[in-house]
Amino acid sequence: MLADITRQDSRAERTRAELAQQTQVGEALVRGLVRAQLALALRLSLVVAIGLGGLPWLFAIAPSLGRTTVAGVNLPWLLLGVASFPFLIGVGWAYVRLAERNEQDFTDLVQRPER
Amino acid sequence: MGNDFVVPAIVAVTLVTVGIGFYGLRLARTTSDFLVASRAISPTWNAAAIGGEYLSAASFLGIAGLVLKYGVDVLWYPVGFAAGYLALLLFVAAPLRRSGAFTLPDFCELRLGSRRLRILATAFVIFIGWLYLVPQLQGAGLTLATVAGSPYPVGALLVAAVVTANVALGGMRAITFVQAFQYWLKLTALAVPVIFLALQWQADGRPAVTPPDGPTFRAATTVVVEHRATLTLPDGEIREVRPGDELTFAAGDPVPGVSGAATDAGDWLLPSAAGDDDRGLFATYSLILATFLGTMGLPHVLVRFYTNPDGAAARRTTLVVLALVGAFYLLPTLYGVLGRIYTPHLLISGQTDAVVVLLPGAALGDGLVGRLLAALVAAGAFAAFLSTSSGLLTSVAGVISTDVLGRGSVRGFRLATVIAGGVPAVLALHVSGLDVSQVVGLAFAVAASSFCPLLVLGIWWRGLTDVGAAAGVVAGGGAAIGAVLVIVLGPPLSGWPATLTAQPAAWTVPLAFTVMVAVSIATRRRAPGDVAATMLRLHTPEAVRL
Repeated sequence: MLADITRQDSRAERTRAELAQQTQVGEALVRGLVRAQLALALRLSLVVAIGLGGLPWLFAIAPSLGRTTVAGVNLPWLLLGVASFPFLIGVGWAYVRLAERNEQDFTDLVQRPER
Repeated sequence: MGNDFVVPAIVAVTLVTVGIGFYGLRLARTTSDFLVASRAISPTWNAAAIGGEYLSAASFLGIAGLVLKYGVDVLWYPVGFAAGYLALLLFVAAPLRRSGAFTLPDFCELRLGSRRLRILATAFVIFIGWLYLVPQLQGAGLTLATVAGSPYPVGALLVAAVVTANVALGGMRAITFVQAFQYWLKLTALAVPVIFLALQWQADGRPAVTPPDGPTFRAATTVVVEHRATLTLPDGEIREVRPGDELTFAAGDPVPGVSGAATDAGDWLLPSAAGDDDRGLFATYSLILATFLGTMGLPHVLVRFYTNPDGAAARRTTLVVLALVGAFYLLPTLYGVLGRIYTPHLLISGQTDAVVVLLPGAALGDGLVGRLLAALVAAGAFAAFLSTSSGLLTSVAGVISTDVLGRGSVRGFRLATVIAGGVPAVLALHVSGLDVSQVVGLAFAVAASSFCPLLVLGIWWRGLTDVGAAAGVVAGGGAAIGAVLVIVLGPPLSGWPATLTAQPAAWTVPLAFTVMVAVSIATRRRAPGDVAATMLRLHTPEAVRL
């Protein structure tokens, strides 16, 4: 058991060294992580761009939407003044979870004993 | 205004700010302690401090004033101010913290290894910082003039002096405690009065915000005009009014139409529609782009990230900030809406920025509750000026002390603080009549067209070169600064030129990105040789210790 841990440590050590010395393997690992994180950030920006960025356009082409009232308040006021904030926080929460998962995957890959 | 609680409330906020500053001073020992707060600040404190620093005069006073004046279209200001933190979280927070850069010029040198780019970034940090400081000081001058009747320069100079002394003596550590306190004060100062205002509105029989016959005065009102305007009286008569004119209205009189403001219920209540208001739609999208992307380029926002222990903590802190800031932005809209009912005279006098401080008195009367709440709101407004100016001053002074004076010592930082605080104080005295929210919006546009592309491409694209970065910053940021100068110094414009200069982000941000990418590709041999090592440092999670 002890020997097992030592072997595992030495392999993880080697992968870290590969990262630090920028071997091709290490380079490919980092490129993969950067690409995954950027793709995640762009996907969630797209969610916001459609969810919020679409509203002015929607109100402009469908003015009747602006006159719709919910509980006596016009829909644009509710969407912008109230609903947009929980929406932004929700997207931010999802990003933190998924970005940390990407990093966990990367860490597991780097520290995995057999590669 | 015979409210004898306002001045004590403002004095108390100022004293507590200075007091916490001195408490922090006792803890500040070495130079590194002084400048980056030893990174020993807990995430909750740090998030409240970031929120406290961010919620400026434009957030506390400006948004409600704009809602009162223009209606639903300006709700994009609070949404954008909050969404800016989401963009920061998605693209910048963790890698920037891992880079170890303390300021934007640091980041330029670290990523691209160019002294010249560093100097260019320094110039932009100072310009954006001052552009953002002037309206804060102006807001202070106007608020003190409105609630306490003091001359305009007193408030502006008071805030400039308190903030300069506090930053020079306490450094970042003190500022973190001060800012965290200011966030909760600002939230309380808007949240408590709004409860009383809502109850009063219920008690008044829930008067309609947009009555079918147009807004009316609820009480006999005498209005002193502050800004030139054209009024359309109910009988169709058109009347020019000049500053100093006095108008008297009886209770129940309809509010006349005011040029430039959305007095008509439909304009105010409904968003711009396609076809008849394409410029309005362009301005909306430009505003969205400026606020979403500008936050990450504001100098005082980035400095804060260095006080997080690591990248993962930076991410979590940003999420808490987003929640704190989002909660705050629910409130100013309510003040703007209730202002339509209780303070329509501000539309005529042109002092819409004063709606937050005047609404409690106007709705609740001169009783004890009304006066106490008015004092609370005034104290919150002062907290807004103090905290944002402190944050801006800390970052501008930090950049001046390391990049212009070339000294990293505590004494150098103090000298830089005096320089950084003195210039905007002088400017604030000489440039009056600027609209607080508009200038803040322009600062966002400049930041979005200069530092946003630099940070996003620097963090995510290996191909960025120093020449490309400089070209993009000069093209995009330069165009945005040109728009600012035209607005401030140039002749009044109308039609499309007015829209394109007032809300420049929709064309300057794409310009900056395009130039930066194109020139980088053209000069790709200049890409730094250590880019792979930099990427490793920016993106490797803390769990993998190298």
